[in-house]
Amino acid sequence: MTAKLRSSLLAPALAIGFSALLCAIALLVSGSNPASALGVMIGQVGEGQVAVDIVNSTAIYMLAALAAAIGFQMNLLNIGVEGQYRIGALVAAIVGSWLVLPPVLHWLVILLVAMLAGALWALIPAVLKVTRGVHEVLSTIMMNGIAFGLAAFLISQDRFGELVGNNISTEPIPESGQVPNVDLGDRGQIFGLVLLAVVAAAVYGLVLHRTRFGFELRASGESPTAAAAGGVNAKKMIMIALLTSGAVAGLVGMPEILGRDHAYTLNFPANYGFAGLGIALLGRNHPVGIAFGALLWAFLDKSKVALDNVGVPREIATIMQGAIVLSVVVAYEIVKRMDRAAEQQRVGRAMGTVEPVAADSGSAK
Amino acid sequence: MSDTARTSAQAVELTGITKRFPGVVANSDVHLSVRSGEVHALCGENGAGKSTLMKILYGMQTPDEGTIRVHGEQIHFKSPADAIKAGIGMVHQHFMLADNLTVLENVVLGAEALHGIGRRARAKVRELADSTGLDVDPDTLVERLGVADRQRVEILKVLYRGARIVILDEPTAVLVPQEVDELFGTLRSMRADGYTFLFISHKLDEVRTIADTVTVIRRGTTVGTVDPSRVTSRQLAEMMVGSELPSPQTRTSTVQDREILRVRDLTLRTADDRVLLDSLELSVRAGEILGIAGVEGNGQTELVETIMGMRKASSGVVNLDGADLSRVGTKKRREAGIGYIPEDRTRHGLLLQQPLWANRILGYQTRRPTARGMMIDVDGARRDTRRIVDEFDVRTPGIEVAAGSLSGGNQQKLVIGRELSGDPLLLIASHPTRGVDVGAQAAIWDQIRAARARGLAVLLVSADLDELIGLSDSIKVMLRGRFVADADPATVTPEDLGSAMTGAGATDDEGHLVVDHTADDTADQADGRTDEGVES
Repeated sequence: MTAKLRSSLLAPALAIGFSALLCAIALLVSGSNPASALGVMIGQVGEGQVAVDIVNSTAIYMLAALAAAIGFQMNLLNIGVEGQYRIGALVAAIVGSWLVLPPVLHWLVILLVAMLAGALWALIPAVLKVTRGVHEVLSTIMMNGIAFGLAAFLISQDRFGELVGNNISTEPIPESGQVPNVDLGDRGQIFGLVLLAVVAAAVYGLVLHRTRFGFELRASGESPTAAAAGGVNAKKMIMIALLTSGAVAGLVGMPEILGRDHAYTLNFPANYGFAGLGIALLGRNHPVGIAFGALLWAFLDKSKVALDNVGVPREIATIMQGAIVLSVVVAYEIVKRMDRAAEQQRVGRAMGTVEPVAADSGSAK
Repeated sequence: MSDTARTSAQAVELTGITKRFPGVVANSDVHLSVRSGEVHALCGENGAGKSTLMKILYGMQTPDEGTIRVHGEQIHFKSPADAIKAGIGMVHQHFMLADNLTVLENVVLGAEALHGIGRRARAKVRELADSTGLDVDPDTLVERLGVADRQRVEILKVLYRGARIVILDEPTAVLVPQEVDELFGTLRSMRADGYTFLFISHKLDEVRTIADTVTVIRRGTTVGTVDPSRVTSRQLAEMMVGSELPSPQTRTSTVQDREILRVRDLTLRTADDRVLLDSLELSVRAGEILGIAGVEGNGQTELVETIMGMRKASSGVVNLDGADLSRVGTKKRREAGIGYIPEDRTRHGLLLQQPLWANRILGYQTRRPTARGMMIDVDGARRDTRRIVDEFDVRTPGIEVAAGSLSGGNQQKLVIGRELSGDPLLLIASHPTRGVDVGAQAAIWDQIRAARARGLAVLLVSADLDELIGLSDSIKVMLRGRFVADADPATVTPEDLGSAMTGAGATDDEGHLVVDHTADDTADQADGRTDEGVES
């Protein structure tokens, strides 16, 4: 177990170290001092509302990454998280503004609507995949495009939008539907729905490793043929996985909408879905890994502003995000191969088929 | 072994080859000496290190220690290209041919620099085919060729590249007995022309038929070189496993009246309406092993997968112990009491990257002891995996190792242990001992026999005719998606089955295979062969 822990920590450490090195080189080339840039990045955390912002972003990124990870578990590349969370947020904001319900019930209904809308947006790619074999990458990318167009259409003033200042917004959600935040005064406000991300990650981990559904999902991902022989219905799994992924994606916009904006506005942030794909890779689809990946991502996001303020190109943080994802993928592959080789050797030794080799490689596990 | 002096007549000489390989098997201090113009067999259990050794000789692996000499000259191979340059060619067990190209194109592919791709190449292929007897029409598409012809193309391919020393990796595994005889005829005539063969096999009777010299490899090292005419198959097999062999089959019938599996009018068509299974009827009773013989690709795989519900039958009924399973999926069929040993355990039987205990759950994710309701019972799975490891002698350091780290035989024992747990009514076993070493093979046969004695019905599909004859209570022969003959394993010989499998066998009015041994000595010979085969 310690060996397992070691190798699961080794890979991300290697990857972060390597990408930091890459960024240092990029900084040097662009004429900045890597050490001082790093100082600025770390120093920002103590300033103003940055720490709280990082926590809030982490929760949002976690939800997006969990959505992506559900698909990744069975090698489904749901690129459509982007569109699913947008539709989920929009529909939930509209429905939420219509309803008047007791507070907790009101939140739950809104969250449910967001999940349903997200799942619905994933339904079309899922059906296309199962019935016609259309690759989900293509269909979900197209659904993203449609989602943007549809959202722009629905929020226009003749539909569900109204002019607020120089912004267009859906009708505000009544107070009963607003989730209270943790107020830290000058430090900012932590979204109440940060808790939702934590719960989602825990449920994800539990379902994946302790339930029949999770087992069937992972089995289908590792070997569709073996899963089929083991009685797993591949088409059903594709449907469920894509719909669940879409449902979780529907939640991505909720912390901001229920905790801060209380409506869907023209300024509704984009690209959480794409970031989620990267973070799921970074966290190797593991709930804890995803939490740390989301934290790192949020930290780097905020660094962009801080770096800008001291005249360092903000793109350096973007480079770092990309470099980390790439290096993590490579590092995990390397560590995985090392582990596999070590294990095969161990098995071989235990069976006595490599006695002469065992003699001179007595490295303890 | 070490006493073989090097002379110029040595085509290949490996001395002290050691390969520290982070895998299940390494080679240590291997000595192998192959004379020019001989057929030299390399025998050993699966996982004994034959493939590693051949990969070293073919330049796919570099040895850590030891020397390779070809015709007396020491050579360092960096890649197969170097081996080819030195005149060594390898025919892999799994053919590497492009179906949509012609024979000529396949032969020339990748070696265009030698004789171009036009007239000269064709003349060269023709010349090789004529001189060796590897007669295949150069303009036929490979997809139209049968297995034996494909093998000829593979051999032509290496000869075209100038090989005089040919490594044949289990060349007979895919052939029926008649085709094996043809292959051996070709090898003999080519040997007369000065070609040298390294023949890898664990079918000892074949080795004894064709080889001039046999080297046995065990646990990564060569244990001896013998003249096959001076040792018995049993002695050879004992050299391979290093212990006394288990005795061959006993044939006491345990067949009961209770019908477990009843398949009626089972038909499977492809999307473009090609018939894969044609109105098949079969019945397996409790305590009965029904063997299905046939050349691979005649519908056995489809039959098994249709009964398992992995393919949807076009029409027909599958009945298990009175319950109609025709409309339900694989999971329900498994729950109804079908255990399944798939023909390709790495594709259909195991999650290679998962630990052994997770593999215990696969196919049993709805049942105790591996599940409780919707939840997976990890402790239960672990406990039961330990039981399987003990009872079925799965050699592993623990149940946390990935299934992919085990050797083939131990993987198979794990699969069989799993599929025999939970008291199945029916076991569908596809090639249960394929790619499994002699020791594990005997253990697997014992387990299947023991389960049969407890009243298990078994549908056995195998390409190993000795195994089929040795285990089955009755045999059906499959050809092009139909049952073409029935055979009684008490009287039938592998040769008879082989004829029936290729459509050449004579059957009587009821479809029973006619066994006609005019002379007693023929029958004796055949019987002797059967026994040897089962031993090996």
